[in-house]
Amino acid sequence: MDKRLANNIALGVLWVAAGFTVLILFALIAYVFVNGISAISLRFIFTWPQGVDFKGGIWPTIVSSIYVTTLAMLIVTPVAILAAVYLAEYAVQGRLVQSIRFAADSLASVPSIVMGLFGLALFVEAAGLGFSMLSAALALSFLMLPIVMRTTEEAIRSVPQFIRWGSYGLGATRWQTVSKIVLPAATPRIVTGIVLATGRAVGETAVVIYTMGQAINLPISPFDSGRPMTVHVYLLATEGINLNAAYGTALLLMVMILVFNLGARWVSRRYRKV
Amino acid sequence: MSERNDEPQTSGELQLVSRATHLKELALRNLFLLCAFVAVIGVLLIFVFVGVRGWPAFTEIGVVKFLTGQVWSPSTGQFGILPMIWGTVLVMVGALALGTPLAVATAVFLAEIASPSVRQIVRPAVELLAGIPSVIYGFFGLIILRPIVAEWSGGLGFGALTAWFILAIMIVPTIATLSQDAIESIPAGIREASYAMGATTWQTIYKVLLPAAKIGIIDAIILGMGRAIGETMAVLMVVANAPVFPKSIFAPLSTLTTAIVLDMPYAVGLHRTALFGMAIILFIVSMLLVAAVRFLSRFGQEF
Repeated sequence: MDKRLANNIALGVLWVAAGFTVLILFALIAYVFVNGISAISLRFIFTWPQGVDFKGGIWPTIVSSIYVTTLAMLIVTPVAILAAVYLAEYAVQGRLVQSIRFAADSLASVPSIVMGLFGLALFVEAAGLGFSMLSAALALSFLMLPIVMRTTEEAIRSVPQFIRWGSYGLGATRWQTVSKIVLPAATPRIVTGIVLATGRAVGETAVVIYTMGQAINLPISPFDSGRPMTVHVYLLATEGINLNAAYGTALLLMVMILVFNLGARWVSRRYRKV
Repeated sequence: MSERNDEPQTSGELQLVSRATHLKELALRNLFLLCAFVAVIGVLLIFVFVGVRGWPAFTEIGVVKFLTGQVWSPSTGQFGILPMIWGTVLVMVGALALGTPLAVATAVFLAEIASPSVRQIVRPAVELLAGIPSVIYGFFGLIILRPIVAEWSGGLGFGALTAWFILAIMIVPTIATLSQDAIESIPAGIREASYAMGATTWQTIYKVLLPAAKIGIIDAIILGMGRAIGETMAVLMVVANAPVFPKSIFAPLSTLTTAIVLDMPYAVGLHRTALFGMAIILFIVSMLLVAAVRFLSRFGQEF
């Protein structure tokens, strides 16, 4: 075959493949949007589900989802940032750093149900926290840790070296340099990482299903149980009781995640030139 | 544990700072080390808390009986997980077979063909695809894909085939983004040499770039494999969970992850233990895949 013809055919196939991938994304979004939009109303967002078929709203599940992800974010952020500071600024390549990286990669690839059972065994049962926001948030924070750690480390490494020299040249200690110079400069990219990890946590189902419980409840204290939006979608969809509410919840969930992802993108683009 | 940091920094031979400042710096350094060590502690805790609860499954049921037993029937005390292992492998292999070509093609497109403006649409789309929750993929599969497969096969549409389609879509972002990075890290000079010899874009891609990025792409596929093995909710919603060897790709089946989710609420005693045993197997497999990637990457650097 003529090599130009082969080239054109192959490039055509690659275009189709990439187009197909983008098409799937838009099909998914369009499908959830078209089916969910009729279910959405202020009443749907702000009232409680009623009766056996969950008519009415989904307010408690929205609060549960936001509560648990906020809590997980608060737990994971300081640990992950300081861990990344160690890896990027203090650590010397060696066995210790390698084992930390291997552990972080392993945590990042733990199947979510395994993390769920881990949370059940350690936080719910052994630590006696019961099915609660705190148990679920702690389990989620292990899932978020490697994501925030990696993005923060990259953010810190991307801060130009000469800024550090300037700081050391003025007689600053290492911590002064890190806390007053490096971290502020890396903040936009660190925020991006945290937002992305939080978006991932909002959509997580298998981790929270056996750590938060499934009862519909409006959580007030961190020791209250609840049912997140993801579990609500799962239960409604598989039991087929109220598909309309399932679509509505799925749409709100999708919108939250799109906002998180696009928000992260916006932050990183806005500050890229700084 | 103790690592020396010999870079000349704030507190060397010369006493540049006060003793109190020096101690504070040292304390902070150790605090950061502790934070970094949380990842290691997390992995150990998972081993301890999931492993200890699952361990009796290997001793009381017996390793061989547990792993190769063909009957899963908790009510009669038979805990063979081979049907679920088979289900996991079947679902994973099919999803990889469908998803890998699509993902690698998308990666090549992004790295070599797309103009910057096209890339600015496709790459975020691929990343957003990774951000969509698995329960929404499962919902989509259950409501849209399952009826299509049902009509086509004459059954209910629950089974391996539906799971393949859904999982294939879900692993595309993982494989595509990592493969793209691998292809883009090939030095430009190698491409220029190929074009200078009169090769077309396609010849350059499949004779030069893909072989050069081979290890990175294999790494990406291994990580995609890990995602397929560990995926829970999306698979759960489309396989109709039956812990048996499926007779066809249109028949209900169970995977390790789906069996754990479904049985957990009511499992007691040895049944519960067996579920934790399955979880620790999943964890070990996912760690082995991570180790394989690290090994391959190091192996790749030597050439």
